[in-house]
Amino acid sequence: MKRIRRLNSAAPPLRPSGSAIGWLAPAVVVALLIGLWEVAAQWDWLADALNIQPFLIPAPSDVASSLWTDRELLADNAWVTLQEIVLGFALAAVVGVAFALVLHLSDTLRRAFYPLLMASQTVPVIAIAPILVVWFGFGLGPKLVIVALVCFFPITVNTLDGLRSVDPELPRMMRTLDGSRGQILRRVEVPSALPFLLSGAKIAAVVSVIGAVFGEWSGASEGLGHLILVSQSQLQTARVFAAVVVLSALAIGMFGLLSLLERRVAWWRPASA
Amino acid sequence: MQTRLEAPAVEPRLISQEHQRPAVTAAGLGHRFGELEVIERLDLEVDTGEVVGLVGPSGCGKSTLLELIAGLLDPARGELAVGGETDAEARLARCAYMPQRDLLLPWLAAIDNAALAARNRGASVSAARAEAAPLFSRFGLDGFERSKPSELSGGMRQRVAFLRTLLAGKPVLLLDEPFASLDAITRAEMQEWLAQALAAERRSVVLVTHDVEEALYLCDRVIVLSARPAIAVTALDSPTARRHPREDAVASQGFVELRAQALRALKEGRR
Repeated sequence: MKRIRRLNSAAPPLRPSGSAIGWLAPAVVVALLIGLWEVAAQWDWLADALNIQPFLIPAPSDVASSLWTDRELLADNAWVTLQEIVLGFALAAVVGVAFALVLHLSDTLRRAFYPLLMASQTVPVIAIAPILVVWFGFGLGPKLVIVALVCFFPITVNTLDGLRSVDPELPRMMRTLDGSRGQILRRVEVPSALPFLLSGAKIAAVVSVIGAVFGEWSGASEGLGHLILVSQSQLQTARVFAAVVVLSALAIGMFGLLSLLERRVAWWRPASA
Repeated sequence: MQTRLEAPAVEPRLISQEHQRPAVTAAGLGHRFGELEVIERLDLEVDTGEVVGLVGPSGCGKSTLLELIAGLLDPARGELAVGGETDAEARLARCAYMPQRDLLLPWLAAIDNAALAARNRGASVSAARAEAAPLFSRFGLDGFERSKPSELSGGMRQRVAFLRTLLAGKPVLLLDEPFASLDAITRAEMQEWLAQALAAERRSVVLVTHDVEEALYLCDRVIVLSARPAIAVTALDSPTARRHPREDAVASQGFVELRAQALRALKEGRR
């Protein structure tokens, strides 16, 4: 919620700095942490501290070798999870934007549905995921619905906020230029809301991965979430971490693509800036 | 800056059949927002082709008056007609409103901003651009057609906004503090530029400003308004000033006297 608010504000979109120095600092931090973990795992510090068997704590080098040796297994399952993420995200984007437009155009509907929209975010997805599996079976269906559910809120709320935060003088200006309601929506309100929509979509892209994993944990025969469960029960901890790395990469990839899109189509600063 | 504008750049659409009537008439006009009285009582007549200035202290309801004329608001009291029509939609069809801020759409190129009204009337992108393009060179914006608003200076943005207003093709232009956001030098340049542009366009103009000199220089007639709730304190005729270069006009004996009168009236109206 905190993150949603921050991306919503009028500040220019958060972007990693493109300079070499801008990349260097986080790279050094990550390398240091991985190095520290490697040393701690190799010398069994962590296992001793936690009083568990050393093989349960894989070193980053073990995770890396699992990424390589299990590459086909990971790729097959990643493909399944990627489909769930992309399709669920797309479903949420279409329904969410359409819903935001309807709520924007009708005061009555907005008053009627806004509390419901809020409530949709408070539903613990992890708790209803098993029910959805009961209803929709073990296939793609329930995962798609769960991913869509977690993506729907940030996309809808951000788009609606964007549509409603249009400078009130702009529609009036358009009216004096013979603009109809539809033209005001198309030429002024939708373009104004685009940066907000993309902010919401970026948040949705990141949480969509979490949704997919929840969905698979509630009942699945394939996918990275499923692989994590299976590997965990076999005490294949290096493979669990390898699956987590791939999941993170999927989320970062989606986020990166949307950031590119944002730079391409919503490069202007929000009007309120 | 010294563009000569002899023929009108854009012919307004409704002017031919209505040029005999006064463009704007208001009688006993009053307005309030809730408990707040904004305009007490105002009579106003703007002849076709006349440039009328409204000067008053900040917050005296000048912008509200323009929104009333433009048909964006309906008056609480009194009568108001534009081109003889009292209906808000009919007023909206006859008035082009240039707001205080340029309100250019940041994602559109300058020419597409200027051509917005044509697009709204159903013209294709290329037809709308073709209509707007000749005016860019005329108004000193040559070569900036495809520039984004963020790449233009304040004065250029105001000129694009004025072009957009002009291209709406309405007989009545309502200008709300068009140059208030500009620095003093740019503002003086823009006033001369607007004087020339208005000399070529057969439009009736209501110009709202808090700058007495700007009003006296640009307008045929200047009405001084009191503090809120607004009434007209006095009306001053100053029909010739804008035919001369600004520095000569504002230094003339007559102009200096008019300015003194206007400032006295403003003081009186402060209440």
